Amino acid sequence: MYDLAVPALDTARLRGATYSDVRVMHLRQRDLTTKNGKVGTLAQSESIGLGIRVLANGAWGFASTDRLTREGVAACAAQAVSIAKASALAKRSEVVMVPEDAYVDSWQSPFRKDPFEIPLETQLALLLAADAEMRRVKGVTLTETDLQFRKIDSWFASSLGSRIHQRKVISGCGIAATSFQGDEIQKRSYPNSFGGQHALQGYELVESLDLVKNAPRIAEEAAALHAAPQCPEKTGTLILGGSQLGLQIHESIGHPIELDRVLGEEANFAGTSFLTLDQLHHLKYASDIVNVVADARLDHGPGLGTFAYDDEGVPAQCTDIIKDGEFRGYLSNRETAHLVGLKRSSGTMRTESWNRLPMIRMTNISLLPGTWSLEGLIGDTDDGILMDTNRSWSIDDRRYQFQFSTEIGWEIKGGRKVRMLKNPSYSGITTEFWNSCDAICSRDYWTLWGTPNCGKGQPMQTMGTGHGASPSRFRNVRIGSAFSNQ
Amino acid sequence: MSAATKSKNRVAAESKAAGELLPERGIRRIIDTVLGLAKKTGADQAEVHVDEIADALTRFANNGIHQNVAEHGLTVSIRTVADGRTARTTTNRVDEDSLRAAIESSLALAQSQPKDPRLLPLLGKQRYRSVNRFQKHTASITPEDRARAVRRACDHAIKQGQVAAGIFATGLSQAATGNSHGLFAAYRETHAEFSITMLEGSAASWAKANSADVRAFDPQKLAQRASDKVHLPVNPRELPPGRYTVILEPSAVLDLVGFLFYDFSATAVEDKRSCLTDRMGKQIFGKNITIVDDVYHPLQLGAPFDGEGLPRQRVLLVQRGVPKNLVYSRTSAKAARKKPTGHGFHLPNEYGEAPMNLVFSGGDSSLEKMIASTNRGLLVTRLWYIREVDPYEKVMTGMTRDGLFLVENGRVTSAARNFRFNQSLLEMLRNVELLGPAVRATGEEAFEIVVPAMKVRDFHFSEVTKF
Repeated sequence: MYDLAVPALDTARLRGATYSDVRVMHLRQRDLTTKNGKVGTLAQSESIGLGIRVLANGAWGFASTDRLTREGVAACAAQAVSIAKASALAKRSEVVMVPEDAYVDSWQSPFRKDPFEIPLETQLALLLAADAEMRRVKGVTLTETDLQFRKIDSWFASSLGSRIHQRKVISGCGIAATSFQGDEIQKRSYPNSFGGQHALQGYELVESLDLVKNAPRIAEEAAALHAAPQCPEKTGTLILGGSQLGLQIHESIGHPIELDRVLGEEANFAGTSFLTLDQLHHLKYASDIVNVVADARLDHGPGLGTFAYDDEGVPAQCTDIIKDGEFRGYLSNRETAHLVGLKRSSGTMRTESWNRLPMIRMTNISLLPGTWSLEGLIGDTDDGILMDTNRSWSIDDRRYQFQFSTEIGWEIKGGRKVRMLKNPSYSGITTEFWNSCDAICSRDYWTLWGTPNCGKGQPMQTMGTGHGASPSRFRNVRIGSAFSNQ
Repeated sequence: MSAATKSKNRVAAESKAAGELLPERGIRRIIDTVLGLAKKTGADQAEVHVDEIADALTRFANNGIHQNVAEHGLTVSIRTVADGRTARTTTNRVDEDSLRAAIESSLALAQSQPKDPRLLPLLGKQRYRSVNRFQKHTASITPEDRARAVRRACDHAIKQGQVAAGIFATGLSQAATGNSHGLFAAYRETHAEFSITMLEGSAASWAKANSADVRAFDPQKLAQRASDKVHLPVNPRELPPGRYTVILEPSAVLDLVGFLFYDFSATAVEDKRSCLTDRMGKQIFGKNITIVDDVYHPLQLGAPFDGEGLPRQRVLLVQRGVPKNLVYSRTSAKAARKKPTGHGFHLPNEYGEAPMNLVFSGGDSSLEKMIASTNRGLLVTRLWYIREVDPYEKVMTGMTRDGLFLVENGRVTSAARNFRFNQSLLEMLRNVELLGPAVRATGEEAFEIVVPAMKVRDFHFSEVTKF
């Protein structure tokens, strides 16, 4: 594909670009779903094209095309330069980029079983078996299952001389049971809600999660929730399950540390951030036991934010975000790094596809494990509520005030889970919440959760991000506010 | 020259430069090629969708352009039917070999599953009402045109000591459907959108408009409106959470009621995940609420046919507060012994159908009259990050954003800190006291709907944030 990418760079240079980078990407996807024992979606797709970003007259332009001929690519590069020159009509300052080396490399994410090589019949049989197990449970009115697989090849070339090929294989799966009774809809999902778990793995991810075995349990819980008492409204102790904590990290740490938001570039759409530049190295973001990193390296795990190079040609890195509770770092790119005193980008420029501009995105934003066992944590809690599996999430446009609800809650009394609670929710202010964290479970309970649906940018881009988390405890949290006064 | 290369030239020869769409005959040629290949490959029936876009978007922040993009894309989506089974494959490669591979992939997918007894044969030829939503003025907008408009908006912000951020987007798109039973439908439209946030100190305000016709809005006037409004919130008051009378501007109404759209799907009701399950025909909203789905409404956009190629019908969804009708795909209509309404999604899918062109009836009030009639309440510009808390009572949570104002004794007296709300939409639409004229509203949480501004009593704010 470099035979398309390199001429695009040449055209851009001849038209006046002082810097340019090109991504040729080939994306393949398979989606399978069932509903109530019948096949729902059964689809495959592929998309291939080229996008070029150029700097001309000190301003940015980007154009993309699916016409992968020499003429089509040249026209696309010329269009990008024209757009950059138009941008210069309303530029406020010159673009400054921190230096980066040129790399020539090829990388593939590791997987044991290529999901596109597993027979479709095998994949559908698995979903239909899980679906059948859920439908066996009385009171369940809707069952859903899904598998999603992606294979993404990208060829990056820049005017710095980089030539980088990466291949990523991503798998995802989940099941859900819904129960409608009286005037109430209750739902349980496994291993996570909104499509399940997703990771940079092959079909081995699906096999490891044992959907069929877990199907009866979640179906029974969905039906049982109707008879469970309502989660009380109070201020108290909260234990979050790992997947819910992953989303909490995503919304209240991952987004506010994006430097483009901090600098106002998302003010019209995704919002800004309370983490103004003066907070760096000063803000007590969290309690002393909280350590959070942005880690795109494979060493961190096969997350949706794992890669070898970002889409600006910068190698994957690990950056301290919160160290012993103190705010230590932002997510940056080559254009913004110097504004926070960095000599190098933290390597977080990512694009959804060939037709989208790379932008600062989360990689794997993870809470590092603590020392507790989950049994020990519950045993140490005299009066609290354990909440698990996200049901709704919302946070203000500067990332201060949030509210989450989960599918299920468990009341803890005297160090024991005593009963199921329905409609659990909690809310708070980001820094107050994280400073109330007093226990984090160990690596034995730590999972690198995948969030496949993070939206940002205009035109909108959907990106997968990773969030390592283990169950953790928070004190003096406002509980039950979503259902108060209804 | 290989056969593949020859065929590649034949199918895609009429590809145009970036920023232009294929002529309809070019789209027909792709569809005919696929149908011919599908017949040879052994598909009993085949259906083809072709979608093409040529979009551009200029993005600005900190009073200057920081992102400026253009894209062209054409996708061919093929559904084959063989022996009572169906599946779909989509590709953006339009050479003959790639199209043949996509057909084979679709057939392989289809054959991997059990027979579907509910699967219906493809539709035959249909007649469609024509709609004209392609405006040459929008299609001819250049990057320089957008940059100049942005420059003027930013200059205004600089003059006022404010900071502007936003987008100016223009584009054109077309969609066509054809099948082996002779159906053919094609539609093209243009779209333009301008959105601006003005920042002054810690305060923000917002204005946005979109239309098929770029002349339907003036970016300068939108910039002026946002600029004027941002002066007020510089020192917002913190108010206690609780129930307030609210005056919701059309964008705020849109972003809330937009979450109701899927509840009117017959499949959602059949699946018992709609808030209308067991509630059809009952007085669940106020008598001043009437909702239709109408793709032909002059303020709506969209194709006059659905994902199955069926003509879209105007459907009365709610009449004087009573849900009267659902929308049906062919499959859900057959199951319910109803007539399909032309709202089906591309098959196969598990969601069935949904109304995509909601139009609420308006009233004769106005924002000014609503404010004047309010003793104590809140004027809401825009809402943000709305999510469903309770699907049956339709309790939604979210935040106010970019302009919340306290109204006292019939006038705006100060800005207020942003609130979180937890509010049932069913209750809200029972508590509407006044409605303005219905307008084409645009927000960020829902697709465009024709809605009025509303004055609503007892709207529930549960918590307050820091700004």
